[in-house]
Amino acid sequence: MSPEGPVLAVDGLSVRLPGGGDRAHAVEGVSFAVGPGEIVCVVGESGSGKSVTAFSVMGLLPPALKPVAGAIRLEGENVLAASPKRLRDLRGTRMAMVFQEPMTALNPVLKIGDQIDEVLRIHTDLGPADRRAKVLAILGAMRLPDPERIAGSYPHQISGGQRQRIMIAAAMVLDPALLIADEPTTALDVTTQAQILRLIKEMQTRRGTGVLFITHDFGVVAEIADRVVVMQKGHIVEEGRAADVLRRPQHSYTRMLIGAVPSLKPAVTREIKAPVALDAVGIGKTYRSASLFGRAKIVRAAESVDIRIRRGETVGIVGESGSGKTTVARCIARLMPPSEGAILVPDIDIAKLTERRLRPYRRKIQVVFQDPYRSLNPRRTVGASIIEGPMNFGTNHADATARARDLMGLVGLQPDALARYPHQFSGGQRQRVAIARALAMEPEILIADEAVSALDVSVQRQVLALLRDVQERFDLAILFITHDLRVAAQICDRIVVMEKGVVVEQGVTAQVYAAPAHPYTRALIEAAPGRDFGVGEA
Amino acid sequence: MSAEPALLAPVSALAAPDRGRLAKLARNPSILVGGTVLLAMLLIGIFAPFLGTIDPAAINPSTRNKVPGFERTIRADDGTSTTFKHRMGTDSLGRDVYSRTLYGARVSLLIGVSVAAVSIAVGLLLGMIAGYVRPLDGIIMRFMDGLMAIPAILLAIAVVSLFRAGLGAVIVAIIVPEIPRVVRVVRSIVLSVREEPYVEAAIMAGTRVPTLMVRHILPNTVAPLIVQGTFICASAILVEAILSFLGIGIPPEVPTWGNIMAEGRNLFRIYPHNILYPGIFLCVAVLAVNMLGDGLRDTLDPKMGAR
Repeated sequence: MSPEGPVLAVDGLSVRLPGGGDRAHAVEGVSFAVGPGEIVCVVGESGSGKSVTAFSVMGLLPPALKPVAGAIRLEGENVLAASPKRLRDLRGTRMAMVFQEPMTALNPVLKIGDQIDEVLRIHTDLGPADRRAKVLAILGAMRLPDPERIAGSYPHQISGGQRQRIMIAAAMVLDPALLIADEPTTALDVTTQAQILRLIKEMQTRRGTGVLFITHDFGVVAEIADRVVVMQKGHIVEEGRAADVLRRPQHSYTRMLIGAVPSLKPAVTREIKAPVALDAVGIGKTYRSASLFGRAKIVRAAESVDIRIRRGETVGIVGESGSGKTTVARCIARLMPPSEGAILVPDIDIAKLTERRLRPYRRKIQVVFQDPYRSLNPRRTVGASIIEGPMNFGTNHADATARARDLMGLVGLQPDALARYPHQFSGGQRQRVAIARALAMEPEILIADEAVSALDVSVQRQVLALLRDVQERFDLAILFITHDLRVAAQICDRIVVMEKGVVVEQGVTAQVYAAPAHPYTRALIEAAPGRDFGVGEA
Repeated sequence: MSAEPALLAPVSALAAPDRGRLAKLARNPSILVGGTVLLAMLLIGIFAPFLGTIDPAAINPSTRNKVPGFERTIRADDGTSTTFKHRMGTDSLGRDVYSRTLYGARVSLLIGVSVAAVSIAVGLLLGMIAGYVRPLDGIIMRFMDGLMAIPAILLAIAVVSLFRAGLGAVIVAIIVPEIPRVVRVVRSIVLSVREEPYVEAAIMAGTRVPTLMVRHILPNTVAPLIVQGTFICASAILVEAILSFLGIGIPPEVPTWGNIMAEGRNLFRIYPHNILYPGIFLCVAVLAVNMLGDGLRDTLDPKMGAR
């Protein structure tokens, strides 16, 4: 092993998929290298084979997937040929991995210090005192406050961002030559994501670790990568220095991916003077956990939130997890009753109506949910799902079906697909079905609750375009809930920023982005990855 | 996937989800064995009169306590005589054990199936209410907890002693302790499914609660309840046998496996056949139902099977 050679060299790797899939190989002929102290980002949409590549390197592929050709050399040693025991030794000491979900990657019943200590106990001969010192040192290096206290805490006692730091600490404690990070920031809020990215970069510079960073987000790539590998359907379509790939993408797929990233610069702002469709005044939601013994706990999920939406207007609620944005949306949709406030649509207050009195107004407000895989009943055809609402309100089957066929065409799907089941559609197609279902009710107000967050950027762009199209066609008022400032910039006319259940700022999108008044808004905009690079503005 | 180029082209046509279900069930060995044995038991029960049996309640003091294989000559009124072989011997009243055991399959299976069906029906209703109507949840579930705190056999004995002994009373007595288990299963499913976005989407579509329950929530309970039903069926067959054996179940002249064993209890050391044969039938029946249940659980509910 030469000190000059790459830490990781993947050479012509092919992994076969079990039969019956849409292609024969998960990845085919993939070659790239990670040098010492270098961050290589593997970018691609879902199904591109980027995770399969990462798992092959770690030797963690499920048994159904078999590497059939090529070699993976970690400091010159072929990982594919290594015995399970040798692989166990390599993992932890020479290579380590950080996973996407910090909530489930830590053992909930072990203290954090013990979990990092376990790595040392297995791979080193250090005594308890030395190990303890090393654990505290690495926790300190992760910029965690009060390492002593963190080491003695259980995972549920610390935040998601801190948990991800712990994962990185456990991965880095033995100074591996290679760190594999599989979407390590995807589940985190933007401000936390920015901190984690900075941390990974800092660790890598200081320790000279090679980093293989898997992501779908070009913003993150711009933020962190030295070199970029773009994958599509199991093949590498482009590879090069980050600056080159981002500024002058060669392959059409890369160009499409970069172009699909929504820009932080707000799109044209429309001045909307149409009549008010919905006026939510002083919405509040308080949870009381009544306890038989002791005092009841009171959590204020939202407090005196005012939102007014005009017909044909899109108002965005942005905020991080726990900001109360979804609570507000669910209250307005009356999926839960608000504790206080009024919801005027626009002449009657539906906030306090009983379910029976509310029913006629249900039509007016419709919701498109975040997860297109769970928002359609898997046991019913999409046609049955779409006509369910209109038929509840007295439309006969034939008319409802005819309308459903029209709507399918409108959202860009074949009318004949009504007879299919949800699992026969892709995520983006399902979201189109969900939009068709909402439109079938002829609503005046459409609530999109993170409706594009689960989709790949290219699909995201199409669904956003569809929302804009149906808004014009039906003069819809749209309440758009999102954590993604880029998406909000593209679709919203006005923005409401929420933090910890309270509205901290609201205004015309262009103004909020150009001159954020509240420090939290500023922090959110600054944390958006890749803004220095101007990703999405090309 | 990338740009979804073929949005207007037909989406990939896959087979409907239920197509492979039956084939998968038929491939599972424990379903195959359990189902076959159970079917055989059912046929035995139905066709008991044609399987060389005589009246299972006919008492004959002259042939008491005969061992298996004993042959008896029956004289008809016209003077002709035939020999009848007591394949499994006779009991202390001279009744043919073979006939009684075969007829006993009727009672056992009837009780097993009806207890399973009724307790699932009642439990499903209560579980749906408990899971969906929050204010009633506490009341229903605490009552169910109370029922579960009493041992099933004790509860059954108490229920039987309240009514006149008979098939109906025994069925009710076995159903009551089974209901809480069904309620718990159903309630937990309702609680998790009601949070699903597709249920909320149906609420937004103005679907009324009864329709919502039947259309969107009920189908999720079917597979777990089929599994639960088989286990209830097995335990009902056993509990009936226990109650009859204790002499508090079905009247002793009715042939049930428990009754036959109760009858043979006093002379067990000398004539074990009275207990042995119905015991074997009971064992095989319960084993078959349990095997069927295990197999169904493995195929219908992969999460529980992997525990």
